[in-house]
Formats: sequence, C-alpha cells, structure tokens
Amino acid sequence: MKFSEQWLREWVNPSIDSQALMDQITMAGLEVDGFEPVAGEFTGVVVGEVLAVEPHPDADKLRVCQVSDGSQTVQVVCGAPNVREGLKVPFAVLGAVLPGNFKIKKAKLRGQPSEGMLCSESELAISENHDGLMELPADAPVGQSMVDYLKLNDIAIDVDLTPNRADCLSIKGLAREVGVLNSLLVNAPEIEPVEAVHSEVPAIRVEAPEGCPRYLGRILRNVNLKAETPLWMQEKLRRSGIRSIDAAVDVTNYVMLELGQPMHAFDREEIAGGIVVRNAKAGEKLVLLDGQEVELTAETLVIADHDKPIAIAGVMGGEHSGVSEKTRDLVLESAYFDPITLAGKARHYGLHTDASHRFERGVDYELARDAMERATRLLMDIVGGEPGEIVEVVSWEDLPEARMVDLREKRLADVLGLTIDRTTVEEILSRLGLRVEKLLKDGWRISVPSFRPDISIEEDLIEEVGRIFGYNNLPVTAPTGSLGLSVREEAVRPLSAVRNFFVAQGYHEAITYSFVDPKVQQLINPEREGIALANPISADLSVMRTTLWSGLLKTVLHNQNRQQSRIRLFETGLRFVKQGDEIDQQPMLAGVVVGNQTAENWVNGRRTADFFDVKGELQSLFQLLGIEIQFRASQHPALHPGQTAELLRDGESVGWLGTLHPQVQKNLELNGTILMFELFLNSIVTGYVPNFKDVSKFPEVRRDLAIIIGNEVAFAQVEQVARKHAGEHLTDLRVFDVYEGESLGEGNRSLALSLFWQHPERTLNEDEVHSLFNGVIESLKEELGATLRS
Amino acid sequence: MENLEQLVQDGLHAVELADNLQALDQIRVEYLGKKGVITQQAKTLGKLSAEERPAAGQKINEAKGQVEQAINARRADLEKSAIEAKLASESIDVTLPGRGQDLGGLHPVTRTLQRIEEIFSRAGYSVEQGPEIEDDYHNFEALNIPGHHPARAMHDTFYFNPGTLLRTHTSPVQIRTMEAGKPPFRMICPGRVYRCDSDITHTPMFHQVEGLLIEKNVSFADLKSTVEEFLRVFFERDLKVRFRPSYFPFTEPSAEVDIEWGREPDGSIKWLEVMGCGMVHPKVFEHCGIDAEEYRGFAFGLGVERLAMLRYGVKDLRMFFENDLRFLRQFR
Repeated sequence: MKFSEQWLREWVNPSIDSQALMDQITMAGLEVDGFEPVAGEFTGVVVGEVLAVEPHPDADKLRVCQVSDGSQTVQVVCGAPNVREGLKVPFAVLGAVLPGNFKIKKAKLRGQPSEGMLCSESELAISENHDGLMELPADAPVGQSMVDYLKLNDIAIDVDLTPNRADCLSIKGLAREVGVLNSLLVNAPEIEPVEAVHSEVPAIRVEAPEGCPRYLGRILRNVNLKAETPLWMQEKLRRSGIRSIDAAVDVTNYVMLELGQPMHAFDREEIAGGIVVRNAKAGEKLVLLDGQEVELTAETLVIADHDKPIAIAGVMGGEHSGVSEKTRDLVLESAYFDPITLAGKARHYGLHTDASHRFERGVDYELARDAMERATRLLMDIVGGEPGEIVEVVSWEDLPEARMVDLREKRLADVLGLTIDRTTVEEILSRLGLRVEKLLKDGWRISVPSFRPDISIEEDLIEEVGRIFGYNNLPVTAPTGSLGLSVREEAVRPLSAVRNFFVAQGYHEAITYSFVDPKVQQLINPEREGIALANPISADLSVMRTTLWSGLLKTVLHNQNRQQSRIRLFETGLRFVKQGDEIDQQPMLAGVVVGNQTAENWVNGRRTADFFDVKGELQSLFQLLGIEIQFRASQHPALHPGQTAELLRDGESVGWLGTLHPQVQKNLELNGTILMFELFLNSIVTGYVPNFKDVSKFPEVRRDLAIIIGNEVAFAQVEQVARKHAGEHLTDLRVFDVYEGESLGEGNRSLALSLFWQHPERTLNEDEVHSLFNGVIESLKEELGATLRS
Repeated sequence: MENLEQLVQDGLHAVELADNLQALDQIRVEYLGKKGVITQQAKTLGKLSAEERPAAGQKINEAKGQVEQAINARRADLEKSAIEAKLASESIDVTLPGRGQDLGGLHPVTRTLQRIEEIFSRAGYSVEQGPEIEDDYHNFEALNIPGHHPARAMHDTFYFNPGTLLRTHTSPVQIRTMEAGKPPFRMICPGRVYRCDSDITHTPMFHQVEGLLIEKNVSFADLKSTVEEFLRVFFERDLKVRFRPSYFPFTEPSAEVDIEWGREPDGSIKWLEVMGCGMVHPKVFEHCGIDAEEYRGFAFGLGVERLAMLRYGVKDLRMFFENDLRFLRQFR
C-alpha cells in the first residue's frame, strides 16, 4: 500500500520526522518497503498564467507566449500542443532549477527570445506524463510557488503489508496504528448521513448471501460527470499510485484509500431492471473495464442486472455498465464480500485489483454505510446531483459474528517471557480498538472490532500486546530443557564423510536443479518418464530428475563451454520416480569425470581418466564405508555398451558406473570420454562396526602365476575359481599384470596373479601351499580353459 | 727392529695417500695383516733375550696400534665423503610441484549448511529430513495455511496436481517429525525448497533451514536468545540484531529478524532481513496432536543462500546453481 505522508498526517500528526515515522511503522510490523518524493527537486517554479499566444514566425510547432508570473509578464517560446490563452501552468522563471539540475536561462528559440519555461508533469518529475503542459485549475493563484501550491513537500511511502493486516490498507487504519504507537488521538473526518431528496432507489436482490452478506446501493441523479476532480484529490490519488479517471471513479478510489472500503459506480441507464448479486452461470461472458472479455465460471460471484453480469463482485466492473461523461444517474455500490468466497477469483481471471486485494484479506464488515455516505458527499461536492435513500440488503447470519476473545495474564507472560503490567496491557489493547469487555479473574475478555478479522484467538492478542510493547523491549533468556543424548549408529557413515572423500579425490560438489530438461533426460534415461510439473518455470526445467546425471551432464556442458577441460563433479540429492501411485524419492550420489585424471603435471599429467581410475576411487569409497560391492558387466541406455558396470551389494543393484554412450555424448554436444556413476545412498552408507581378530604370528606365503586366457573370460570369473580352490587360508589375491599381445594369439590375454596364504595358528608347510597352488592352476585350466604362461 | 720406526712412518704416509676404501684396506693388509710388514716384525722377537722381549713386543704393538688408528681415522673420513658424494648425487628440485590430485571442494551451500547443522547439533538439535515432493496437507494445511489463505499467494507453489506439490519450505518436515514422535523436540530441518519464481534475486530452487524447539516452558525471550546467538556464532562477530513484527500463518507472535549490516549514507544502521521466526501457532500443535496448554514452542527459518552470500560476499544468487568450476574452486 502506497500512501502520502501528508495525508496520513492530516489524520494523526506525531512530532517525529519522516524517517522516524517510517522506522516506527516498520517496527510495528508494517514494513516500509521504500519511499519516494512526490515530485522532483526544483526551485523557481511558480503558478504562471498564459496571457497571449502568437504563432512563431519561423517555426510551425512553436508558439510565442506572454506569461505572467504574478509580478511581471515575460515572453516564453513554447512547443506544447495544449498551450492556450488563459491557461494556468507551472512556470519555471529565469534562474529556476528543474530536476536533474537543469537551469533555466535566457534563450533564443529560432530567433525569438524566451525568458523561462512552461512545464509538463514529467519536467517536474511529478509523473511520466510529457504529452503537454501540466494544466492547473483556473483558480490557481498566479505567482504562488508550485511547491506550496501543490504541497509537494511530501513523500509517498510504500508499506509491504502482511496478509493478516487488511485493516491497514487505508489511511484510517494506518492512522490508527500511528496513533497507538505515539499515544495520540486520531482526527477522522466527520461522516454525516446525506439526506435523500427523492425516493428513487435501486432494486437489489442478493441471491448469494454467503458470498455477499451485505450490499448497499444508492442512486445519485442528475450528476455532471464533466466536472473535474479537484486537484487536491487528484494529488492524493496520484501519490497513492492511482491515476485520476473521472470524478465518479476518483471518489470511489479515494474512499477506498481513505477508509478501506472498495466501492463501485454504475451508470443507472445501463442496468436492466435491477441489481442481482448471484453466482455466474458457467459460460456467461463479461467485458471488463480493462477491455478484456472473460468467460465466467459458476464459482464466480457477480453483480448482474436482470439480463447479464455487469461486474465481477469485489474484483472489477464491466465496461458496459461503467460511467462515462454522458452518464446522468449513478448507482453507487458499497458491499461486504466474504473473503473465502472471493479467494483466488481475481487470480483465476489473471487479475489483481485494489478491490480484490482488500476483499480477499477482509474488509471491515461494518464500514459499507459510512463509506457510502462519505462517497456521496464527496461526489456531490464535485458533480452535484440528487441523492436518494440507501438501500441495504443484509444477511445477518452470513455476516461475521462479533467475537469475544479472552486473554489470560499468565499466558501472556509465559509466551512473551515477561510480565507486563495490567494498565499497559489495557492501554495497548484499547488504543488498538480492542475493547476490554469484562475483567476476568485471570485476565481480560476482549471485544474484537469489525475491522480486525485477523484476531480470533488468545495468541492473536498476545501478538498485538507484544508488537506494540516492542519485541526489542522483551527480555532475552536462554532456553532450558532436558539434555538427552541421541543415538548415532556407528555403522552408518555420515553423508559428510562421503562428501569429504570425494573432495579429497579432487571432485567439486555441484548442486543442480531438481527439475530438468525433459529432452536431455530422455536421452539419458529413456525408459523412465520424469514427473512433470503442472506449472514449470520454463520448458527446460519442467520435469523432475529421474537421475542426477541429467543435471550433472548439463553442468559439464556449461563448464566445457567455458574452457574447462578437466571436470570432476559429484552431487547428492533426491531423484524422483513414479512407482504405481507412489512417488519414490531416493537420495542418490552421482559423479561425472572428464579430462585428465590429475591436473596436468610434469610426471604423467596428461593421462586421460578412464574407467579404472573412477572404479578405483569408488572401491576406496566402499572401503571407507565398510561394504563389499561387486561390479558386473551390464547395459544401460546412457552408457557405452562395452564399458558399463552394474554395482551389486549382496546381489542387489546399488548403482551404475560406466562411460557415457558416444551417441548420447554427441547429442548433448559434450567433449571427451565422460565417466559417470550413480549410487543409491541408502544402500551403501551402512557398513559394519569393526570386530577385531587376532593377528597371525606366522609367516605369510606368496605364490605368483601367469595364465593365458580368452578375452571373454572376466577377471571376476578367474578370481572366483581361484578363491574356490585356494582353501580357507588364502588371505589375498591380487592382479599384478594384464597383457594383450600378438604373441598370445588372437582373442587372448595374459593375467598375472599373486596369491597369499597365512595360517592363524601355525606355519604353513611347503607341501600344503604347493598342493593348494597346483589346485588353483589345475582348476583354472579345467574350468576356464586357461594355460599357464611359461 | 731398527727399521720399525721407518715402517710406521711409511705406513702412516701410505694411509694418508689412500683415497679410497679399497686402497686403505690394501694398506691394512700390507702392514697389519698376518703377513704384514709390521706383523712380521714379531718374528724377530725370537732372536732376543727373555729380558729384552717384553719391551720389544710392546714397541711392535704400539707400532701396530699407531698404524691401525690412522687407518680407522682415514676410513671414517673416506666413508663420510662417500656418503656426502652419494647424497650430493641424489639431490632433487624440491620446488617442483608434487604429484597427485588437486583437492576438490564442497559447494558453498553445503559448506554453509554444515556450519549451521554443527552449531545447532552442539545445542542438542537433531537434523531431520523429509520428502521434497509434498502433499498439500503437510506443506499448507497442517501449517495453518488453508486453501483460501492469501499467504498461499506468497508461496508461488510448483504443483504436479492439486494435492501434490514441491515443498515451498522445510516446515513440513517439522510436521512429519512431530507426527512421528512425542515432545519435547529440538530439531532443524535443512533442505531444498522450491518457489515458482525466477529473476535476479530469486531462483526456483533454494535451500532453507527451519528450526523448532518444543518444551513445556519456552517463551519468545528464549527464541530471541537462540536467534541472536546463532547469528553471532554464524557470522563470528557481535552484530546487532532486531526483531520486527511480521506474519507467518504457522507462528504467533511472528517476527522477522534483521541484522546490522553496515551503515546507510546518513550514518544510521543498515538493517538486513535474514530470518523469520515466531512462537508455534496453536493450530499447528492441534494438527500434530500436541496440547498447546502443556507445551509451547518456537520455530525459525532462514535462507541458506542468503546467509552464504553475506558470509562469502557472493553477489549473484544464480551463481550457486550454475556450478561453474571457477566459482566452485573458491570454496575449497
């Protein structure tokens, strides 16, 4: 809500400066978002009168004017289209300084001397309007400084009100707050009933009383809508961010700003029969004041006549029934619409109006009549006219009930952490309009006024007392409580340990959006459709990731496009997969590696990272976590068919490691061999608690062998066979060489293995080891077709 | 005997000339070995009378000793220079860079989250997690934000369908934790949250930490101290903190928290909003089956990126999610 400080001070005028006032409002919970002067900074501008206008002898678009500044008449050359004899305008005299430090000096325009300048609104930074000169009323006193005449020594303050404070969406409400904060009385304008001078009344039927518990209408006959809105009102509206339209609209807007009651004025001639407040019929159409045609839904409350809707209730009027210069008779509307009924309706039509903003938050349900009287009086002062009686249709059972809320003294002290003395509490409450209805043994019974729909429980009152007393005046104490110890499972490694592991391996942690580009994800994970957002921010962030790779590969692209050739990234976070009617949200750990294995260096720094580099890192991670993982050759749509491993723990799949499929890589415009892994975090973080076994005091025996074996036989098979036949005392088995070469024959390779044996209680003798070793060799020959390499 | 002295002189001279261990050993054999020239002198003893023998023997032993000592000394010298020569040949350029991995780094958001978690863990807060795709009940209803509530508009929610959405805050985790347990509670809920908003100061995803403390006797004054202390510990300085009345549907009284962050041009304190907080609303207790007459609680919430930006001087929020390595490397 934007308002003029001067206007507020007409209601309540504390002796503090603007900044202090704004600080005070902010600290009361009405956050000042900003402020701006209501006009630019200028000097030397007065009300001028154009006495004579002659064409310029040498320029078609310029006029030579004689202008009075109140004490003398000077010649001014002016190009504005609306300059005319008798016009009163802001006149910047010689020596004036306009906003932007623009100095007015004697000048010649196409040969004609000009002493001063006639100004538009934009030249005084009053508005953006530079269509022509700013036209002042005929009674503007020539020679008076513009700053004094328009009372421009003012600022427009913008408060960002929280949705509960509907009561402050008016000068009246803001003044009440400022009054409470400064212990000052508030001067409200007198509102007297306007006497009817005729008996014509609008026919009003409310068919939807739950949505419209109160509706007031009044006819104002024979108005002159050519009459201009007075400058003071135009200025107040302008400073509140509202453009002047015509007297009828201006007055309803003025009353809304002043009292908080949105109103509407209809052209009586355009209302067929009478006013009906009802729900729209689905499919009914209405052209709104802003020119757009909307198709109404059945949930929309409308103001209709006997034929058609003429306004969306509490949101916006229709174009057809709106007032114009030709309007002779007005029908004024002042109503209370139910906030829940109106909630979301404006938004449904893509609208947000000053009226809908207020009605959705809750307008004072007792305000409609006062507002009607106030608007009638203001209108008559401008456009004349003959007022009729007010017709009021009320559904008492649908109006909010007057509420009583009890406040306990002890509860107040317990919640705030301080006992505030009773008189202070009572004074705060009563100034806020929260009348003490009854003193109770342990507190107060408070009657909640109609303008505070936000107050319904004890806590609401506690907040009001705390807020006005000042949160910063409340004490600061450390909380006390029981100091129980919480369980931390030792076998479960914290995520931080996993993260730190990757950091130590040279990975940077990335955090990418959980919603991704469906086209990218389709390439990576074509078998799973991402869950689509109904209202994505953009097409490339429109489905939930089914794999963390979707975001990580885009991050690789981002970095490759910025000359980063060595990229190592990991991420942890949820991935989202639909499983039947459920959504599976699993924490994942994923990584991508591309470029050199280590930063380029003088030893071996240009070696590109390959599958086994990353596999080795993952194996170290699994050691850290204390888990056993098998790598099984497998297939994944995103991965190279010959370089893909599925990771298994106790036979269960826990993730994938592989090289990005060259075709996918090409489609994503990525460079280099990209290694990727993704693991289910929950499947890998639980390891074991160490259980010590005695260290053997007896020597370890090592035997090496080299076999030639077909390429189709996986090392895992070799290991399995060897372990099976090596007996229970085998302590380790390692590969120390892998060799492929012509000498071995096509399709063969050589594997060199070391086997280690150790007995816990005695020295193994030569024969035992020899027999085990031979057993291993024989079984490799028999079961896998290996030959011993000589 | 007469030439014994000469032999010693010759021996010492030879030792002096020996320039390696081999030569030295030869000298030892030549003079002191079984057939060494000095050793051989002992044979002359037989020709001497019994009275003369001891003195002559002693002289020979002294001569041997003299040469042996010289040899040992020379050997020590030679060994020392041999080691020195070896060491000299083994010297390397220690200023060349080492081998191995450059260190990676944690994302600044994680780094900030870890600090926050650590600060609160030390005060006995547990760290709770929950789903990011949430239902309307836990994200809104249970937090006293019914369907028609204007506060819903402040949330700019991403929806999948009318009842399913991306959580707009981590408060639903508090609801889930309270539903599953019994008071008292002390918890923080860190995590990703989502709002349908994207411009220079908003990203559609960001991180929040919400905290909750529920005890039998807790007040707004306790909330103030918790928030103030947290901010001082987080920023590691004694900054001014103020509490400004505000509105959240799930707390009452509610406050926004500003910290002192430099000065305005006119010299007044420049306040920066960093957190929201308040006393748990009775409706929230009701939804979680907790008696609001028996227990009270406070809750607070903060934006992690906001704190990270202030702490590390990051100017543009969007950088957090670009994951540009040149950005990430600064948070090793």
